[in-house]
Order: sequence, then structure tokens, then C-alpha cells
Amino acid sequence: MRLFGHKMSILAQIGLLIVVVNIALAILAPVIAPYPEADLVGDAWADPSPQFWFGLDQIGRDIFSRMLYGARMSIGLSLVITCLSFTIGIIAGFSAAVLGRWVDVALSRIVDLLLSMPTLIFAFIILSVLGTELPVLIVTIAVLDSTKVFRLSRAVAMNIVVLEFVEAAKLRGEGLWWIIRREILPNAVPPLVAEFGLRFCFTFLFIAALSFLGLGIQPPFADWGSMVKDLAQVINYGSPAALYPAGAIALLTIGVNFIVDWLLAVYSKGHGEGA
Amino acid sequence: MTESRFGDEILRVNAMRIQARGESGLGPVLVDDVSFTLRRGEVLGLIGESGAGKSTIGLATLGYTRSGCFICGGEIVFEGRDIRQMSLVERQELRGHAVAYIAQSAAASFNPARTLYDQVGEVAVRHGLMSPAEAKVEAAKLFKELELPKPETFGERYPHQVSGGQLQRAMAAMAMMAKPDILVFDEPTTALDVTTQVEVLASFRKLIREHGTAALYITHDLAVVAQIADRIMVLRRGKMIELGDTGQILHEPRDEYTQRLVKERIVVHDFVARRGEGEAPLLDLQNVSASYRTLKNVIDDVSLQVLKGDTMAVVGESGSGKSTLARVVVGLLARASGDVRFKGESLPPKLHARSKEQLRRMQMIYQMPDVAINPRQTLLDIIGRPVSFYFGRSGADVRARVLELLRQIDLPEHFIDRLPGELSGGQKQRVCIARALAAEPELIICDEVTSALDQLVGEEILRLLKRLQDELGIAYLFITHDLGTVKRIANKVAVMLKGKLVAAGETATVFAPPYHAYTELLLSSVPEMRTDWLDEVLAKRRRSA
Repeated sequence: MRLFGHKMSILAQIGLLIVVVNIALAILAPVIAPYPEADLVGDAWADPSPQFWFGLDQIGRDIFSRMLYGARMSIGLSLVITCLSFTIGIIAGFSAAVLGRWVDVALSRIVDLLLSMPTLIFAFIILSVLGTELPVLIVTIAVLDSTKVFRLSRAVAMNIVVLEFVEAAKLRGEGLWWIIRREILPNAVPPLVAEFGLRFCFTFLFIAALSFLGLGIQPPFADWGSMVKDLAQVINYGSPAALYPAGAIALLTIGVNFIVDWLLAVYSKGHGEGA
Repeated sequence: MTESRFGDEILRVNAMRIQARGESGLGPVLVDDVSFTLRRGEVLGLIGESGAGKSTIGLATLGYTRSGCFICGGEIVFEGRDIRQMSLVERQELRGHAVAYIAQSAAASFNPARTLYDQVGEVAVRHGLMSPAEAKVEAAKLFKELELPKPETFGERYPHQVSGGQLQRAMAAMAMMAKPDILVFDEPTTALDVTTQVEVLASFRKLIREHGTAALYITHDLAVVAQIADRIMVLRRGKMIELGDTGQILHEPRDEYTQRLVKERIVVHDFVARRGEGEAPLLDLQNVSASYRTLKNVIDDVSLQVLKGDTMAVVGESGSGKSTLARVVVGLLARASGDVRFKGESLPPKLHARSKEQLRRMQMIYQMPDVAINPRQTLLDIIGRPVSFYFGRSGADVRARVLELLRQIDLPEHFIDRLPGELSGGQKQRVCIARALAAEPELIICDEVTSALDQLVGEEILRLLKRLQDELGIAYLFITHDLGTVKRIANKVAVMLKGKLVAAGETATVFAPPYHAYTELLLSSVPEMRTDWLDEVLAKRRRSA
């Protein structure tokens, strides 16, 4: 199988399959799901049965249906947040590397400030003050996450800025936007893609943590992270229910990273950078 | 060469093959069917361009290959035992103890956080040959043999506190500590200035002769290896081309490739007769001084003129300020005082204050073609950008112009959609030249444009530059440390020392007696293709000192 004109490795194909299936299920959730996500359809903690494949949760909602709806929330939200945080982080990081000392100092100190407080507590404060509507949640997590992207992209860009082809572009009289977009960005793609795969998965967990504090996705909407938290209550009594959403998170994480690994290999090989 | 000077055979390499591991199975063969023997006290020079497998062979004699490579055939017999059959522990015992390695970049091979004594003595102490105290005494003795300043206290310094040449000698001391039977020198003087190279080369030779150590001396410079080697092996693309006594290789090379290598070095070039045109200078530097934030007067009161069609070479050792001069001219570093005029018009000191037209007229070519062009852009993007940027042309127009430029630099037209990764070093440098030409400049600044290239490839680049000058009448400001190049291509030369201009003018005048003392030192330090050159230079210096 080929993608973007490159032959895919077996692992990449598996990864792609996992991701595609997940996304398809997420999109088709209302069609496939046997029950609506918020409806109480039986007794709490009902065991898995042909009627309820994964059993019922703490208040009697169908776990299988909630996982399908949860995929929508988790994947969609993580994707939006990660894309936003990368946009902010990359623009700020590259600017810090290119625009000179003062911009760098200013941006870096702001980021230090954000990083000096535990992210969760910081998010906690902001969400308590501003409320837990989805847009607020998205922007808050994206901004906090972008600090890490900033650090990476700044470091990567710093290494590229000193190369002579960037100097040649400056000597030609090129503007800042050209230098960032055409000279630096294409060379910064590999580490950023790798980070994207990781950050995307971390965002799941972060949303879950916020949900635990009651500041993440609000009931009755489902997301995998808060499902793990809710269902974990009964793991001591031998119920494996929490493993389903946890397994879904793990599986998607692995799938995404298979694809990322392959992308990185392709990227380095196509340009003679491999060992 | 008397046979009796050498002892018994100590190393025999027989039909050695080294191969890389590719992604799917085996990769290219790096060293193919190479055989040689080494006797005690003998120095074998390995010569060839990059990719010839010189370093790979050098490392293989230590029973080592770089990651991703392996020795796949032949034998490497050290004192009757095949290194390939030894266990890992036995090989470790061998390395440093019986066979020692001296790398090209001493600066990268020393730990900056530990003193030289600690590092030089480490091998002997680790192998249990000496106590730390004995190692210290021995190290000081070697420092003295290598003519390092204050040998007793030299080892108390940290690597950054000594010069490049001294560090390279400290590395030789480190290799010598365990009294190895074989020393492997891997381009040990390549990163040094010519004047330093002479001293380091002399002390290496003294060390080898006094201890009667056998050595492999790897270099790309025939003239250097001629001073130190008894026999020379010429390598190309992993294959042995020729193996013979130094005299034979220099004077009667049998193979065609060796003949070309020798010829390029021996040919005596007349001074360039070309003269710049017109009276008014194209580029006019008037009492220019410049400083970095922490370093004052890196350029100190420099004045020089370049006429249309001139090739002005700027020579000097590293740290002389010649590259800084280029940065000041193009505006990357703002001058502190003085004036830089282009066609009579004063250029603003800072880059961003200069107009597009001012930038276009002056282009630059760099030392390292690998990093001077963006690896993620095709040649069309790289060469075409100045065309669209300066002349506002687009689409098919740009493509047509890029094709024309590719023809001009002798690259095939179908390269237009390639990425730089698919090109060789020489081809990449051609692309850099094409990018500069695309702006239709009047002056091109060449910053050490051939020093990262193999000798024969560098020659081709020089010929191309010369041809383009004849066709287009471009002036060059040619920054280099290689005096051989200067004679061949520059009609004017400026010699720099510690930021100041010590001599400037027509090459034929500056490079002919009476010399300025520093010019003479530089000129006399360029290795010549005679086995007795080093002795002569040393004798001459002793007399004058």
C-alpha cells in the first residue's frame, strides 16, 4: 500500500487501519451506537451481555455506545486542541528564534512563567474563573500545551537559523515570513511531527484529568478519559469495564505513533539524511 | 630508503572488505579487496578523496567499524593473530594499547571538562600499565618531545586553554602513552592552519622516528603525506589504485588517477595576468573597522579596492578576520567605522537598511555547500528564487532562466526538479554558484568555496568560476587560506593578520621578493610535492631564528 507516493511499512499500515477505524466509528457513532449516549438503559454496573456488549456504567448507561460517542469527543477535541497549540507554539517559537534577542527573551520568560506552575493547577484556575464551555476548554489547554511546542520549535529553529541557507535568504533581502515558511519550517517538520503524535495522545489524558476535577467535558457527554476514571471505581471488584476505554486510548496512541514513525523514516530517507 | 630501518612485519591486511548494512540487507561496499603489510617503524600513507575508504581502513586496523558497517571479508593479522577472530575484550585490550588512533578534530575528541593530564594518561592507567603519578611523568616527557610549551605544567590545562595545533599534539601524546606498536593518524593536520601544520607535522615525524612506531597516515593531501610516509597507498571508491614507495608515487605514478592527483599539485601556475577594468573601483573599502560584542577590532582599519573583473584574494590564517571582512561587506555585521562603497555609492552598514538593488549586485558563495542550500527545496526553487525575487519574473520564465543557468554551470537540465540530497558536494557547490549568478551580480564573494571539496572537484569549481568571469566580467572577492588557489586565480591579493592588512596589491608583486615577513611565512608553509620539503623548511626556520 502506498501513501503520498511512498510504500507503507506493515506497522504503518496497521497504524493507519487503527486510526481510520477509530475516526470512522467516531463519525458514524449516532448510526452505529445501539443506545444514545446519555440514556439510562438498565441497572447500574450491569455485566456485559449480548444486549449490552461492554456492560453498563455507574448509572446504567451503555458503555459500548458511550465509547463510540466518546471517540468523537476525545479524538475531535484532541485534534483541534493539538492543531491549535502547534499553530501558536510554532509561530511563537520560530519568531523567538528569528526575530532576535529581545523577542526571544520576552517570549521565553512568558513561557517560563506558564511552565513554572503545574499545568493542571493552572488550567484549574482558568477554567474555574472563565467557566467550562468547550471553546474556553480548547483555548486553555491549547495555550498551556503550546508552551511545550514553543520550547521544541524554538530549539529546532535555532539550529536551522544559523545554517547558511537562511543567511543566504537574509542576504537576498527576503522577509521574515518567507524565511519562516520556506526556509525553516520544511526543515523543522520531522521533530515537530513526532511531537505532534505524542502531544495528541497526551491531550486525551489531560482532558481526562480535567474531567476528574469536574472541569473537563461536562456530563452527559462521554469522553474516553473520564470514562476510564468513572469505570475504574469498580476495578477492585473484578470488573474490567475501565480497560475498554483505556485500551481504546492505548490502541489509538500506538496507531498514531506507528504512522508518525513511518512518516519520519520516509522524510529522512527521501532527503538523504538517513544513516 | 634503507630496508634495514624497518623491523618485522607487524600488521598484515589481506583482501579486506568492509560493507555497510542497508535498510534491506546489505548496503554498498566501502572497502573492497584491500591488502597491505606494515613493518615496525614503517609509515604507510593512505591517500584518496572523501568516500575513498581511508578512515574506514584506519579504524578497521583497530578491529573497529563505524556503526552500520562491518568487516565482511579478508583478514587483519596483528602480530600473527587475526583481529577478526578476537573476542570483544581482546580487541578492547588491543585498542589504545597496541594500536592507537589520532583523530582529525582534536577539539571534538577531548572532554572539555577534564584536564589534559587526566585524559592523556587515561589509556595507560586504564590498561593498568602505569599508576596515575607515573602517567603524569610520562605525559610530561611526551609533551616535551612534542615541543609543547612548558611541558611540566602543560597537562594541567583544560582543552580550551591551548591552541588547535597544541591540542592535536596532545592527542598524539595520548596515543603514544601506552607505547603502541601502530599509530593511526586520521587527517591530523587537515583542520590546522598551514603555518601550524608545519610544526605539528614535524613533531609527529620526530615522535614516530624516535619511538620506531609503525604508522598509518591518512590524508587527502599528497604533499603532506610525502613528508612523512615511506610508502603510499592511493585509494579511490574503496579500491586500492596504487601502492608504492613515496618516491615512485610522486615521480612515476603508474595509475592514471594518481597521475592526475600528482599533476594538479605539481603544475606551476603563472600568476594571473588579467587586470581589472576601469579606473573607478567597483568595491571600495575605506579604513573599515568592525567588532563583535565581545571581541574588539576583529577588522582593524582595512582599506582595499576591487575593480570590475578583478579577482581579489583575501588570505590569512583562521582568526585573521578574513571571513569577518566578508560579513562586513555584505552587511551581516555592521561596521564600526570607515566606509564601504559600491560603484561610488556608500552602502548602509546594516543589511536591512540596504536596498534590493544593492543586495542584488553583491552575491555570496559559501564554504559548505551542504548547508548553503536548503535541503527541502528543489533546484528550481533554489536557483529560481533570485530570478523571481529580484526581477519579478514568474512561472515559465523562471524555469527557462534556471535551465539556462544549469547549462552555464554544466549540470544536466533534468536536475531542475531534484533535491540537493541527490547531488554530490561539487554539484551542490555549482548550484550555489548558479544561485549567485541568478541575481546577475557584479561582485561575488567566495568564502573558502573549495576547502570543503575534494582536490580534483575543487579544481573544477575554480575552473568554472574562472570561465564565468571571462564570460560575464564578474569580480570576485575570494576568501581563502589556500595559497595555491590564490596564485592560480587571483590577480590581486590581500594578506591579513590579526584583523590588519599586512600586504595588498597585485599577486605577482605581493608573492614575490621582497616579501613581508608574514607573507613569506605563509608561502613557505605550503607543503610541496618533494620528500625533503619539510626538512628544508625546518632548516631554513632554524637558521633565521
